[in-house]
Amino acid sequence: MLYEQELKTFVDGTTNFFEVAAQQPASIGSPYLMEGSPAVHEYTGVINISGKREGVVYFTAPKAMLTVLLMKMQENDFSHETMRDLVGEVANTISGNARRDFGRDFVISVPSVLTGEKPDVPQRPGLRSFIIPINWRSHSAKLVVSLT
Amino acid sequence: MSTNGKRSFKLMIVDDSNIMRRRIERSQQFEELQLVGSAANGVDALELFKKTDPDVVTMDLTMPRMDGIECIGRLVALKPAIRILVISALADKATAVEAMEKGANGFLNKPFTDRQLNEAFAELMR
Repeated sequence: MLYEQELKTFVDGTTNFFEVAAQQPASIGSPYLMEGSPAVHEYTGVINISGKREGVVYFTAPKAMLTVLLMKMQENDFSHETMRDLVGEVANTISGNARRDFGRDFVISVPSVLTGEKPDVPQRPGLRSFIIPINWRSHSAKLVVSLT
Repeated sequence: MSTNGKRSFKLMIVDDSNIMRRRIERSQQFEELQLVGSAANGVDALELFKKTDPDVVTMDLTMPRMDGIECIGRLVALKPAIRILVISALADKATAVEAMEKGANGFLNKPFTDRQLNEAFAELMR
C-alpha cells in the first residue's frame, strides 16, 4: 500500500529529473489511481522493485518527447536503441533517487524496456497502481508506481 | 606527465547506459583526463582495466552481470591507488557509505549538472 507521502517521493524525483537533466522544469500533475489496463506510450522503461517493498515503477513516454529530451541533453544519437536507453535511464534515476526516502532495502532492478503502445507491462494482481502525469514542453508522459 | 606539465590521468567510464557514458565523456572539462575506454558492466570493466590500466574510474552501481559495488572492491584490490568516482541514481546514505568503504573516493548522484560533474572530478584529482 502506497501512502501519499511516498508518492510525493516519486513526484519530487520526477520534478528533479527534468529540472537537472533536461534543464527545463516539467509540470507534474497530481497522482491518480489507474483503472483498467495500463496506458503506455511508445517507449516504457520498467524497474522491478524487491526487498522490503515489491512491485514495479515505470516511465512511459512518446518518441517525440524523448527526441527533444535527448536534444536538451546534448545527445546527437536519436536511434531506437538510444530511445530505449533513455526511458530505462529515466526510470532507473527516479527509482534510485527514491532510496533517499525508502532506504537501501528498496532494491531496484536494472531497467527493462518495452516498446509499442500495447506492451505487456508487468502487473501484480490486486496491487493498486498510481499514475503521475508529466507534462513537459508540449509533450505528455507518465510515471506509474505500483508497490506493496 | 602531459606536455603542459600537469599530471595526466587515464579515465575509464563504467555505466550500463550509452547515454550516460557519452554524457560523462562529453561534459568533463579536464585536459589531463584521457579517456582510455568505457564499459557497460563490472565484468567488462575488469577486462578493460587489465588492458588499459586506468587511474580514474567513474562507476555506476546498478548494472547487469556485476554491479558497481563488487567491481569497486575488485578494482581497488588490483590497484589500490585507483581513484573511483561513483555516479549513481542510488541516493541512500548506506549505499554511499558502502561504496566508500569498498574504496570509492567520491559519490555523485544522478541526475547531475555539468558543473557538479566537474567539481566531483576536480575533488577526485586533488
